[in-house]
Amino acid sequence: MTDHLLVASGLTAGYDKTEILHALDLTIPPRKITVIVGANACGKSTFLRTLSRLIAPSKGQVLLDGKSIHRTPSRDLARTLGLLPQSPIAPEGITVVDLVSRGRHPHQSLFSGWTRRDDEAVDSALRATKTFDLADRPIDELSGGQRQRVWIAMALAQQTDILLLDEPTTFLDINHQIEVLDLLTDLNSARRTTVVMVLHDLNLAARYADHLVAIAGGRVHISGTPEEVLTEETVRHVFGLDSRVISDPTSGRPIMLPIGRHRMAVIDDMGDAPQKERSA
Amino acid sequence: MTAPSSTLAVVIAHRRKRARRHHAIIATLLTLVAVTFGVTLSIGQSITPPSDVLRVLLGEPVPGASFTVGQLRLPRAVLSILAGLCFGLGGVAFQVMLRNPLASPDTIGITSGAGAAAVFAIVVLSMTGPMVSVIAVVAGLGVALLVYALSFRNGVAGTRLILVGIGVSAMLQSVIAYILQSAPAWNLQEAMRWLTGSVNGAQLGQALPLLLALIFFGGLLLVRGRDLETLRLGDDTAAALGTRVSNTRMLVIVAAVGLIASATAASGPIAFVAFLSGPIAGRIVRNDGSVLIPSALTGAVLVLAADYVGQHLLPSRYPVGVVTGALGAPYLLYLIVRINRIGGS
Repeated sequence: MTDHLLVASGLTAGYDKTEILHALDLTIPPRKITVIVGANACGKSTFLRTLSRLIAPSKGQVLLDGKSIHRTPSRDLARTLGLLPQSPIAPEGITVVDLVSRGRHPHQSLFSGWTRRDDEAVDSALRATKTFDLADRPIDELSGGQRQRVWIAMALAQQTDILLLDEPTTFLDINHQIEVLDLLTDLNSARRTTVVMVLHDLNLAARYADHLVAIAGGRVHISGTPEEVLTEETVRHVFGLDSRVISDPTSGRPIMLPIGRHRMAVIDDMGDAPQKERSA
Repeated sequence: MTAPSSTLAVVIAHRRKRARRHHAIIATLLTLVAVTFGVTLSIGQSITPPSDVLRVLLGEPVPGASFTVGQLRLPRAVLSILAGLCFGLGGVAFQVMLRNPLASPDTIGITSGAGAAAVFAIVVLSMTGPMVSVIAVVAGLGVALLVYALSFRNGVAGTRLILVGIGVSAMLQSVIAYILQSAPAWNLQEAMRWLTGSVNGAQLGQALPLLLALIFFGGLLLVRGRDLETLRLGDDTAAALGTRVSNTRMLVIVAAVGLIASATAASGPIAFVAFLSGPIAGRIVRNDGSVLIPSALTGAVLVLAADYVGQHLLPSRYPVGVVTGALGAPYLLYLIVRINRIGGS
C-alpha cells in the first residue's frame, strides 16, 4: 500500500456565479483523521464536495498523487477516493447486504462478473461496522445510527484508501454520534484509511481529529493539531464567539466552552467567574 | 481454496439467493410472454390447433390458418411484443433515472411528441415507412430536451420536470387532435391509433425497424444498466461510486427516447404501458437485481394481453390503448394520492 497524497492547490469554486472558496490550499496528511470545521456558509461543505469532484473548481485543482482528480477516469478515482455524501438515498425496501454490495460498483466492469473478492469486501465491511447481524433487514426499518453505519459499510466495501465524509453525525443522537466517530477511528487505525470529514461540533472535532482544519471566509484560517487549532482566538475569529478552552479531563484534548450573555454569575468549578476572565 | 468463513458464506448465500430469484423472475416472465403469444396466435374468432400454428410459424402452407395466423394474428402479436418491450424498457429507464414513478415518458410528453410528429409526417407530408420512425425519434428527443430546459432552475427537480411535462403533453395531444380533424377523409381506425395506440392492421414489415431500434437503444441501456442503477442512491453517491452522472443521464435519455419514439411510430402511444411496466416489475423484483429486463418483459405481456382482451373478451372491439388506459389511469390517481400524502419529493 502506498500513501496517497490528496492536495488542494489554489482551489477556487462555488455555485453559479457565487464564489465560495477563494484560492484555498491544503494538504491532507495520509493515514490520519482530518476534520474540517467552520461556521455555516464558510465553505467547508463546498470544500469537501470539490475535494471529492462533485463540484468542478473554477480555478486551481485537487491533486491526488500529483494528478488532477477532474482528469482522472471516474471509475479509477472511485477505487482510491471514497465519499459518503450528506444525504444519500436508499431505494425503497433495499436490504443492508444489498446496499453494501453497491459499494463494489467501481471494481466491476461490464464483462467482469461478481468475484470472490467482492464477496470478501462486503463481508469485511459488514463485520467492521457491526452491521452483519442486520444483513437481510430492509434499511427503512433501522435506527438512524444503524443506518449511518450501513452507509459507512457501503463506503468501506468500496475499499478506498481515502474516505471523505460530509457531516456523518448530523441528525444522530449523541450516543450514535460517538458510535460513528469511534467506528471511523477504528477504521483509521485498523485499515490505515485516510479519513477526511466535516463536523459541526467543535468539541467532537477536537476529540477525534489528528489534524484539525478551521475554515473561514472560503480560506483555511488555521490547520494543525487540535491543541494548535482549537483556541479561544480561533473560536473568536471563525465563529465570532467568546469562549473558554480548557483541557478535556477524559481525552486530554482541548474542549471549548462558549460564553454567552447570560448565566454569567455562576462561578465555574475552577474558582473564578467568567466575567473576570473576559476583561482580562 | 480455503473454506469461506461463516460470515462470508452468509454473504455469498444472500447474493446467490438474490441472483436465483432474479433469474426465476425473468424465466417466469418469458414463459408468460410465450404463453400469451401462443394463446393470441391460436385462439381468436376461430380456434386454430397449436399444431397448425406451429406449422405456420415454420413456414408451411396450411389452408385457412396461413391467412388467419400468418397474415392477421402473427404480425399483430409480434408488433405487440416489440412495442411492449420498447415501452417497458424506455419507461422504467426514465423512472429509475429520475427516481420517480410518475416520470414516465407518457406522462412527461415524450410519447405525445413522437406521436404528434408521426401524425404530421403521415397525414400532412404523406410519408410512410422508416422515415416516420426517424422523425418520431427526433421529435421525441426534441420534446425531452424542451421539457428538460423548461424545468431547469439550478438543476432539474423531478416534480418540476413532471409538471412541465404534463403541460407539454397536453399541448401536443391537442396538436394530434387538430391534425386528425383537419385531415381529409381520415379513417377513424387510423385516428384511434394516434390517439390511444393500436396494433390494428399490423404488418410484419413494421416489425423490422422496431426490432433494430430495440436492439440498438435497448442494448445501449443494458450496457449502462449498472451505472443507471447507481443513480437510485442519489447523484452524489452515484458519482462517489465512479458513475459519470451527466454522461449516464444523457445516454439514458437518448436511449429511452429512442425506444419510446420508435414504438410510438409503429403502434401509436399505447397508453400507460411505459408508465405501468416499471412499477409492476419493481414490485416483483424488489431489490433482487436489475429491473430493466423484467420491466421490458412486463411491457410485452401487458400489450399482448391488453390487445387480446380488447379484441376478444369485451362486448365490442377496442384498440389496445383503450384497455391499457383503463388499467393505467386508476394507478396514476393512486400514485398522485399517495405522493400527496407522503408530502412528495
